[in-house]
Amino acid sequence: MQTTSKSPSDLFTRATTSRLDSKCPTGPMAERWDKHRFELKLVNPANKRKFHALVVGSGLAGASAAASLAELGYQVSVFSIHDSPRRAHSIAAQGGINAAKNYPNDGDSVRRLFYDTVKGGDFRARESNVHRLAQVSNAIIDQCVAQGVPFAREYGGLLDNRSFGGAQVSRTFYARGQTGQQLLLGAYQSLMRQVGLGKVTLHARHEMLDLVVVDGVARGIVTRDVVSGEIESHAGDAVLLCTGGYGNVFYLSTNAKKSNVTAAWRAHKRGALFANPCFTQIHPTCIPVSGSHQSKLTLMSESLRNDGRVWVPAKKGDSRSADQIPESERDYYLERRYPSFGNLVPRDIASRAAKQMVDDGRGVGGNGMSVFLDFRDAIQREGADKIRERYGNLFQMYERITADDPYRIPMRIYPAVHYTMGGLWVDYNLESTVPGLFVLGEANFSDHGANRLGASALMQGLADGYFVIPYTIGAHFAGRKLPKVSTDHEAFREAEAAVRARVGKLLATDGRRTVDQFHRQLGLVMWDHCGMGRNESGLLAALDKIRGLREEFHADVRVLGENESVNMSLENAGRVADYFELAELMVIDALHRRESCGGHFREEYQTEEGEARRDDENFCYVAAWEHAASGSGSGGAPRWSLHSEPLTFEEVKLTQRSYK
Amino acid sequence: MSAGHDDHGSGGLDLTLHIWRQESSEAQGRFETYPLHDVSPDMSFLEMLDVLNEQLVREGREPVEFDHDCREGICGSCGVMINGQAHGPDRETATCQLHMRRFKSGETIFIEPFRARAFPVLRDLVVDRSAFDRIMSKGGFVSVNTGAARDANSILIPKENADLAMDAAACIGCGACVAACPNAAAMLFVGAKISHLGLLPQGRPERSRRVLAMVAQMDAEGFGNCGNIYECEAACPKAISVENIARLNRDYLIASATERPPTASGGGA
Repeated sequence: MQTTSKSPSDLFTRATTSRLDSKCPTGPMAERWDKHRFELKLVNPANKRKFHALVVGSGLAGASAAASLAELGYQVSVFSIHDSPRRAHSIAAQGGINAAKNYPNDGDSVRRLFYDTVKGGDFRARESNVHRLAQVSNAIIDQCVAQGVPFAREYGGLLDNRSFGGAQVSRTFYARGQTGQQLLLGAYQSLMRQVGLGKVTLHARHEMLDLVVVDGVARGIVTRDVVSGEIESHAGDAVLLCTGGYGNVFYLSTNAKKSNVTAAWRAHKRGALFANPCFTQIHPTCIPVSGSHQSKLTLMSESLRNDGRVWVPAKKGDSRSADQIPESERDYYLERRYPSFGNLVPRDIASRAAKQMVDDGRGVGGNGMSVFLDFRDAIQREGADKIRERYGNLFQMYERITADDPYRIPMRIYPAVHYTMGGLWVDYNLESTVPGLFVLGEANFSDHGANRLGASALMQGLADGYFVIPYTIGAHFAGRKLPKVSTDHEAFREAEAAVRARVGKLLATDGRRTVDQFHRQLGLVMWDHCGMGRNESGLLAALDKIRGLREEFHADVRVLGENESVNMSLENAGRVADYFELAELMVIDALHRRESCGGHFREEYQTEEGEARRDDENFCYVAAWEHAASGSGSGGAPRWSLHSEPLTFEEVKLTQRSYK
Repeated sequence: MSAGHDDHGSGGLDLTLHIWRQESSEAQGRFETYPLHDVSPDMSFLEMLDVLNEQLVREGREPVEFDHDCREGICGSCGVMINGQAHGPDRETATCQLHMRRFKSGETIFIEPFRARAFPVLRDLVVDRSAFDRIMSKGGFVSVNTGAARDANSILIPKENADLAMDAAACIGCGACVAACPNAAAMLFVGAKISHLGLLPQGRPERSRRVLAMVAQMDAEGFGNCGNIYECEAACPKAISVENIARLNRDYLIASATERPPTASGGGA
């Protein structure tokens, strides 16, 4: 049965020898990526077709990687849980993509983008990785334009830019409020070109349910065809996980319903270390929850903070409508507290400030659980047409969901789970602790530290896929002996059997409660105790609740139907089972990190002004968790050991972030 | 603090749902009737189906399968016929963005899958739209390998053209245009891609090959031809204009007169 854990340090062990080698190059920062690329082994053109890469996921990272590797001549297979690769959740990104082009001549540079990203991440990312990201950012824009991505333009025909949080320059390229859609379609089109040429084999509606490791190297995956239920093995020479983040552990998030952690979690249980799982991003501007039927939350792009002003009534419990509250009785709290960045402070800061206002009794809306995002002044200044041109689709989406017209009534917004900075640990080559297993995009932990800046997720997904993996995967193919492996190998049979057993058990449980009921309960526990504010007693309580709920889930879940058909509750059940395990690790990670940084706000560690107080003395490291074989914990519960990768800052001085 | 549970308890809708149930592509389908009570007007249409499914599972009956993902109207996964209209009664609104406040208590709602020969039903409301991907693989792209691009601002594009291209590129590939068309034509979908790429200088070099290859695949998949009914535009959640079909026809006519048709191994390579 569940145990009540008294001390956080009993919850995990510390690895005596760290397995982590970041493989970061040394020397001057600006030359590191060039130097590394030169030192990486190359695969000669005639040999490329002998190597087969299995790419799991078809979002920005997966589609760009698959297309680029196929263009180079590698054999590529792509697996997507969707009916088409174009459905991947990158499609929903609204605001934009950053690059250091400095087209506006406003002081941007690779160095400034690098600096802003390291600082925005609250000094919990690797400098070498972040610098590379900033360096390749410009080539991404070039590539996307060449593909025909219809970025916004000015009358002269040149590209337009907008501002985003955490930066004082305008470096964000955008395609109306549908930037993610257009970038994904660009990558998808490049991918489909390779499919048409026979260079990529596409497996749509296939879900990866296990990783296959042969002689210590990732050599394949086991999938379930979600239409026929067939469990299939696929062998290759490298596996690329491009499967996104795990925000749906909270049940309510801005993630799409199918976004899930299962592929990454299966890899974790096969030996890939999971890094900084407690670093989750709560996005400040989302449409508030409207009722218990709520199935997901909808983001309102951060770009709205360019023109919208965030405020609450100055008085507690002021229930007047917005237009009845005079200017002198409004508190534009972001502008007041952070005069130099104002409404464009980074996401973690804006979210926390909104929570403080609501906790203080100054929230608005029926239940006082939101704040205003007001366009009145921008509409007066620039006219409704200009605002419509910039944000028309967002305003329309807002009105559809809430039935309020944001041109007349201020939007009501509240923070919601949006992105996960944590993910599988990778080295500079994007390779996990399992050789041959590469992790790209949101699924890895690498570039955003403890907080991601707006318009940087698209940049990272495409950087990894277009401009990093095509180089670094060569080191794996050329540098390791990769004897031919077939799906008859016992490792495949063992993994297939494990998958069948898991699926069979879910169908056979025949309990009383639905998968969604459990998922919602888990989500509430995570939101209450491991959300925007965290403290030791809450986290310890969460741990007990999660363990108890997990046992109930496995004893009492009801999944109807059969394996051999479309059965979405069966798909969901497998994902929720994995969330229960991930949730425990997130809480342990949050407990162990006795500091506040970025999105991880431990209430015990804050400055007098209520800002996050980092502890660089003790926590300036990446926490990477190794999963021990199950059975070592109570009641077969998983247990973890902690490996730490120290972070050093040579270029950006470690300081407390200030956006005042 | 919690994620909030403040139901709008009053004003719930009582509905009668007639939903298409079909075990597999081969099985015979049929309508089944489900009463549903006290539906909040603030729910989305898909949340209403979630509530129904929770109820069905508690009663030991298999839930209704339907495709969905982002629930923000952008991924294109969802889409059903609601009282005979693709994505239901609201203009420029995908099924996931349709809200129950659009319906009245006591209403009867018929819910069916998108129907077209090229979109076989997989189960209940889930259809196979992979024909769209196969059309795209024949020419819906610009042939530019990673790394081969020049500086983004070296290509000047008049704002008007960029805006028109964006209007066309906004297509979410949901297939409502096909479902709404009496001929199950995919010409709005294909026309949108032809326009998006053809309006931009980057897409010009392959303009002829693209249109011939995509149209050939469109025909091979079993889609019909445009009959100028314009139901597609009316059903489109992104208001893609039928102008795009005119551009498709124009490009196709010019290409047919000037180009040799692509070989079976595919155009645009």
